[in-house]
Amino acid sequence: MKTNKLNFALLTVFALGVLSGCERGLSEDADFAKFPKNPNVFIDGFSGGLQYFPFAGSKLDAFTVDTQTKYSGSASMRLDVPNVGDPTGTYAGAIFPDMNGRNLTEFDALTFWAKASQGATINEIGFGNDFGENRFMVTLNNMRISTTWTKYTIAIPDPSRLTAEKGMFWYAEGAENNNGYTIWIDELKYEKLGTVAQPRPAILNGEDRVQQSFIGASATVTDLTQTFNLVSGVDQTVTVAPAYFTFSTTNPDVARVNEMGVVSIVGTGTAKITATLNGVRAKGSLTIQSLGAFVPAPVPNRNPANVISVFSDAYTNIPVDFYNGFFAPFQTTLGGAGLVINGDNLIQYTNLNFVATEFKNPTVNASQMTHLHVDLQIREAIDPGDFISVQLGDFGANAVFGGGDDSSGTVKFTSASLSSNQWISLDIPLASFTGLTSRNNLAQIFFISADGTSNNVPTISTILVDNMYFYKN
Amino acid sequence: MKRTTQSTTRGLLLFGKGIFLFVALITLHGCTDDTQTVVNFTNLVMQDEFNTDGAPNPSLWSYNIGTGQNGWGNSELQFYTDRPKNVTVANGYMIITAHRESFNGSQYTSARLLTKDKFEQAYGRFEARIRLPWGQGLWPAFWMLGADIDTNPWPGAGEIDIMELRGQNPATVLGTVHGPGYSGGQSISKSYTLKNGRFDTDFHIFGIEWTPDYVNFYVDDVLYNQITPADVPGEWVFNKPFFILMNVAVGGNFVGPPNAQTVFPQTMLVDYVRVYN
Repeated sequence: MKTNKLNFALLTVFALGVLSGCERGLSEDADFAKFPKNPNVFIDGFSGGLQYFPFAGSKLDAFTVDTQTKYSGSASMRLDVPNVGDPTGTYAGAIFPDMNGRNLTEFDALTFWAKASQGATINEIGFGNDFGENRFMVTLNNMRISTTWTKYTIAIPDPSRLTAEKGMFWYAEGAENNNGYTIWIDELKYEKLGTVAQPRPAILNGEDRVQQSFIGASATVTDLTQTFNLVSGVDQTVTVAPAYFTFSTTNPDVARVNEMGVVSIVGTGTAKITATLNGVRAKGSLTIQSLGAFVPAPVPNRNPANVISVFSDAYTNIPVDFYNGFFAPFQTTLGGAGLVINGDNLIQYTNLNFVATEFKNPTVNASQMTHLHVDLQIREAIDPGDFISVQLGDFGANAVFGGGDDSSGTVKFTSASLSSNQWISLDIPLASFTGLTSRNNLAQIFFISADGTSNNVPTISTILVDNMYFYKN
Repeated sequence: MKRTTQSTTRGLLLFGKGIFLFVALITLHGCTDDTQTVVNFTNLVMQDEFNTDGAPNPSLWSYNIGTGQNGWGNSELQFYTDRPKNVTVANGYMIITAHRESFNGSQYTSARLLTKDKFEQAYGRFEARIRLPWGQGLWPAFWMLGADIDTNPWPGAGEIDIMELRGQNPATVLGTVHGPGYSGGQSISKSYTLKNGRFDTDFHIFGIEWTPDYVNFYVDDVLYNQITPADVPGEWVFNKPFFILMNVAVGGNFVGPPNAQTVFPQTMLVDYVRVYN
């Protein structure tokens, strides 16, 4: 088959050569694999090769071809967003791919005319979604739409990447205020507008972030966007897939970054991760401060039958609502679960003053348990006034916060019993949580580094936590 | 110097093509609406190619400094300076830069240059090759005022706006004349919009051809308007020497203030200014 293709291509070129009097020869290595440059997606019907694949769980027949309502020509795309509670689907959403792939490198935007049966905000609309790798996916979030036909533009972050794009168009939208409605889209096509300008890519929301880490850990560069100024004078920001970016590291001996924006920490020291999109430096960066080799916490070896685990890789954990319920405005603590070092899941808190892990769905009956175990590592020098308090909260008989039946107790560990940069294994008898009148509806574990004795000034700010569980001897 | 030569050639060629296109249009469409007599002024009498780095040539350019009266009559927000931060010549361009900064009570700074008492001329071809700034509230202009303005206050002295742009409309420029009885909102104006481009991403040539009988406005190789004495509802005051101004205003009645999305600093890059008769 390959030979046939080549022959055909050679023939075509030969014919052209004759016509233009061109005698240039062809290299044996000439690559004739070319994807069509067809810009049309839906003008008055499906363009060649276009398919319709609704999302699982969506209203499968949300899309129809409408010959009554259209912007121009004979038909438009009609998208019927279901009401909340519609048994045929909870939302409308689909991809419209051309699985043969198309070369979109000569265009700079996807454009279309659209209106809706009511003013609305479309959750997600874009292209590059092919139910595969979605390598070059682009999403315009929260697109406002009105009841008047209006032309919309979704800029391509870097057209040169789209040499064989399958995902021509996709959208996902739910009911507005519980009510379904209808969207019409017409003249959906790729265009070379020439007016998509002033690219301002960003990573990490354009912020310069600093993150402590260890050898063997990884991190992901998230919140990837491209912003263009459109001819209307309005800035448009789209969410873009990492493959549009070129990531780099200032120190590959400390941290490496792959084309998907995943950072691997391989050495001790500092490395800064930055990115460019189509040659433009992205705003924002991720500075990795690698503290070096990581010694995991001792692996628990208690019989699982005697354990109620909140956070540990050694046991099956109970449902946890959050590892950092950010209680504004007094809490400063950042971080939570999500740090993974060599497969070991850890909790990392920075800027600690107090923080709660909450497990209220359901609450925990630890009446048969005798101890709370926590492995703690303090990632800083310990000063004489430093302390960590561990507080347990019980939501009482009503199993919800408040209601007059809650109780709590605190056990404080002062500097003399703490050490820095190594695991401290705490086995705290539940009986020592003075004031904790019930253990039948436990729902909170607090770590606290600021209280009246420190004038509410935080004493210890960076800790790692692992293996939080209740057990009985 | 080589670049200058090339630029000159390209400018002339472009203009040549403009004439050709115009003739072709007339022929094809039998156009009567925009019938214009194009006079080709080719005798170069003034040019600044901005090839000497540093401050703009002091024998040609002076400055308006400060905020004028009521923001130069338009409630403009910038304070004009002659600091290199706001205007300098580098790499073959005059660079006018608008900054968002507190300065002498204003929140923005920029520059406005003029050839008053240094180069003034009646009639001819006035053109410049410029890349414009962008964003809500930016208002760059290449324009002219009647040289008798000190004794014949605006609008009596007359004003020809060869190019004005609203930063929030990056593909559209305006060419306008103001005079007694037709100034401000009553000025005689026409806009020109690029079909597949915008004025902040590439250089474009903005010019007029001005004779006793008309002012023709063109962008690159497109002649898009002609204003004659019959088009103005008052005295035709474009019959005496005018001087050139180039500036980037920020805010004001014409564009409204910048918003949170407006990116600063913003630059206007002028490749050359040339005048023919």
